[in-house]
Amino acid sequence: MSVLDDLAVEAGDDDVVAGVPARLVAAPATTEEAAALVAASRDLTVVVRGGGTKIHQGPPPRELDLIIDTRRLTGIVEHAAGDLITVARAGTPMADLHRLPGQQLALDAPPAATAGGTVAANASGPRRLRYGTARDLLIGITVVRPDGRITKSGGKVVKNVAGYDLGKLYTGSQGTLGLITECVFRLHPVPLHTNFVRSNAPPTHAANVLAGQFAASALEINAAPGSDPEIAVLLEGTAAGVRDRAAALARLLDGEVTDTPPPWWDTPPWPAGDDVLALKLTGTLSGVPALVSAAVDAGLTIRGSAGTGVLYAGASFPTVPLSPASTHPDSDQPASIRSASPASGTAPGPRGDAARVVALLRAAAAAAGGHAVVLNAPPTVRDRIDMWGPVPGLDLMRRVKDQFDPDHRFAPGRFVGGI
Amino acid sequence: MTLLSRLRSELAPEQLITDRQRLRTYECDGLSHYRVVPAVVVLPRTAAQVAAVVRACAEERVPFVARGSGTGLSGGALPHADGVLIVTSQLRSVLEVRPADERAVVQPGVINLHVSAVSREHGYYYAPDPSSQQICSIGGNVAENSGGAHCLKYGFTTNHVTGLQVVTPDGDLVRLGGAAPDTPGYDLLGAFVGSEGTLGVATEVTVKLTRLPETVRTLLAAFTGTDQAGAATSAIIAAGVVPAAIEMMDALSIEAAEAAVDCGYPAGAGAVLIVELDGPAAEVDAQFDEVSRLCAANGAFETRVAADDEERRLIWQGRKSAFAAVGRISPDYIVQDGVIPRTALPTVLRRINEVAAEHGVRVANVFHAGDGNLHPLVLFDDGVPGEADRAEAVSGAILDLCIEHGGSITGEHGVGVDKARYMPRMFTDDDLDTMQLVRCAFDPDGIANPGKVFPTPRLCGERPGRHRGAHPLQETGVAEVF
Repeated sequence: MSVLDDLAVEAGDDDVVAGVPARLVAAPATTEEAAALVAASRDLTVVVRGGGTKIHQGPPPRELDLIIDTRRLTGIVEHAAGDLITVARAGTPMADLHRLPGQQLALDAPPAATAGGTVAANASGPRRLRYGTARDLLIGITVVRPDGRITKSGGKVVKNVAGYDLGKLYTGSQGTLGLITECVFRLHPVPLHTNFVRSNAPPTHAANVLAGQFAASALEINAAPGSDPEIAVLLEGTAAGVRDRAAALARLLDGEVTDTPPPWWDTPPWPAGDDVLALKLTGTLSGVPALVSAAVDAGLTIRGSAGTGVLYAGASFPTVPLSPASTHPDSDQPASIRSASPASGTAPGPRGDAARVVALLRAAAAAAGGHAVVLNAPPTVRDRIDMWGPVPGLDLMRRVKDQFDPDHRFAPGRFVGGI
Repeated sequence: MTLLSRLRSELAPEQLITDRQRLRTYECDGLSHYRVVPAVVVLPRTAAQVAAVVRACAEERVPFVARGSGTGLSGGALPHADGVLIVTSQLRSVLEVRPADERAVVQPGVINLHVSAVSREHGYYYAPDPSSQQICSIGGNVAENSGGAHCLKYGFTTNHVTGLQVVTPDGDLVRLGGAAPDTPGYDLLGAFVGSEGTLGVATEVTVKLTRLPETVRTLLAAFTGTDQAGAATSAIIAAGVVPAAIEMMDALSIEAAEAAVDCGYPAGAGAVLIVELDGPAAEVDAQFDEVSRLCAANGAFETRVAADDEERRLIWQGRKSAFAAVGRISPDYIVQDGVIPRTALPTVLRRINEVAAEHGVRVANVFHAGDGNLHPLVLFDDGVPGEADRAEAVSGAILDLCIEHGGSITGEHGVGVDKARYMPRMFTDDDLDTMQLVRCAFDPDGIANPGKVFPTPRLCGERPGRHRGAHPLQETGVAEVF
């Protein structure tokens, strides 16, 4: 019996990736077992699944035979506190990495997300302003290549320029280059004290926070149609230092100092459901206010890191027949006019066709020097749009994919340009 | 048309060097015991010229090597005897400074320190600070993923570059990343930074600017030996303090620095620590008290605090001049660049001293203690038969010690030509093969800085429809190509 026969079982009702059902599911328990599995499944198309918190984001796989699930590939292998590093197997829940004794992996992710999934999806949250993202915190990685070979890059020391930094290539590669089985992360001390400063200042005031000497760990904004925008800032440090900075910042923003974040902090700005349009929007710091206006004008809620220029926007787009009559009558007018119009009703919401909103926000993101990536879209819309949008260097990316996965077995069609 | 005539058609006469004597100016980088005279040197003034030169090289399958200021310490910019050396020093404009976006856009030949100089008036600076920052170029920093004393807190070049325009080994101009973060797609920018010129030539660099800190405080603590200084370092990190820098020098390197720059470190010190803290004043004050206490608790017999920028400069002068200063006490030396987990510092330092004693070689230790990046300076006299070999043996043994303790053979100087042979001690064949998959994607013909980083080049397979016919170098010899 091959490893495939040993490990793979018939897929169940939940073993679906962005609407595409898998045929088989296998959960290897070690890197070696994973390598044997990948080698034995060389005729199968594969999607790797961690905690499943983002498994449906992005385009569906063109084909799907086998889900490789990392739920048995768990455990913290090493926590070298004196060296501020940890080695974790890919399936380890982020909850375990968020609370190591006295130290933390300062990477915001849902507790149920896994280390490997967080790296593969390049997920990040508010604290990226201070600590960076997975690309900054990952210092070593073990990957099973699509040909079944086990390979490592980086190591267990933060400072290391020996060879190519493949950890960065795998970060955000969405499982298209192989199966991540182990990650080495840089850790940070748990801050002695934290405070939040909250304000209803408009997004333009974020620039004042950055220009000051507040050393903010996170600078988040939240804006939605029909409600006041908000700014929330996380400050970390010594009790006295944080208190002084928080007081000064509260004066600057005409806000208040709180011990807890606002309820929207580090949560997605879209409701649950299939008919949701969800986007990741990026731009330069000075481009953020215009990006926020564009999203709100389109009827979306937008929030995220005004300190780094990475935002998330979304809204529910109830499925309606795609005919001219179904689009909102005043969908071509700016929000200021719409909200004054009785025809728009009292409950602000998305306007018009989701595909049109994507095009509009993609233009706004490009004007801000960034990109708009569609994470989720109503099924009828998803098939009509390029969820990743245009990216520079696509030809080189295809060549990288061809080198790593010449048969295009890993997550085919899920990445940029149909990779 | 030969390559040389193509280059002549693309460049002005003064941008092309073929005279043997003038070519010798470029025969080495900062690692001067490797010397190769390039076939041709070009000095492009625009990205389009770089692309034209590389395209010509690609079509003639002639190797090319990019060079910035030539300060590299691993022979990464060592020329190829049959190749073109592309010197980026004429590409030296700061294109944009955008404080509101915390970005600057510069050409690759711009000097590292110059980026901070033009940003300072806006309240910003460029954080990566290699010791050579007064002369090293941003393009070279990108190639080497350069670090510096302050990368303990601020990270390396890779954490401060968000966008590149590069000339691929095909001669195409391509943008990777941008001014905004998280560009969709593979992080080719992340792979390119630190690839030592083997994936192409950067022709424009978008860097992050960092807000100047409100306060900087610098402390010099003298200890009787490296064990005590190492223990103090561990205690500082264990206390949850992340200083901007923690640097250590041992007795021999202090002796050299005193001889060279008269830095006036405390007499009788067997080791000194330089600790720098920066950030909001209240935070720095609290951390400073903690650091002072931990140094004293671990045996510091004298502590000095820089009262102003001039005193800070004096404290740093001893450290930053240490490599060159060693020339005062030894005619020749090898600079090593190994990394170990910080907690292994005392053990590894003791072993280095034992190995040095066994071989009858002196080793001066200067290093970034905070991140475990050792710079042992292995001293020898090339005029004494056998000394160079013994120094080389000690140098290799130090790298083995680093690998044995879970570290790396290079923390910031790069692999280049110097350490390629050590790569298989740190990585398996499969690991190296995987890195070269990226190389094959960018440079299937292996013409970008060949012979660097990897001990054995990987064959990339045939690319249909391209480069038909025999390899020109094989068929006609290099003379005809040029």
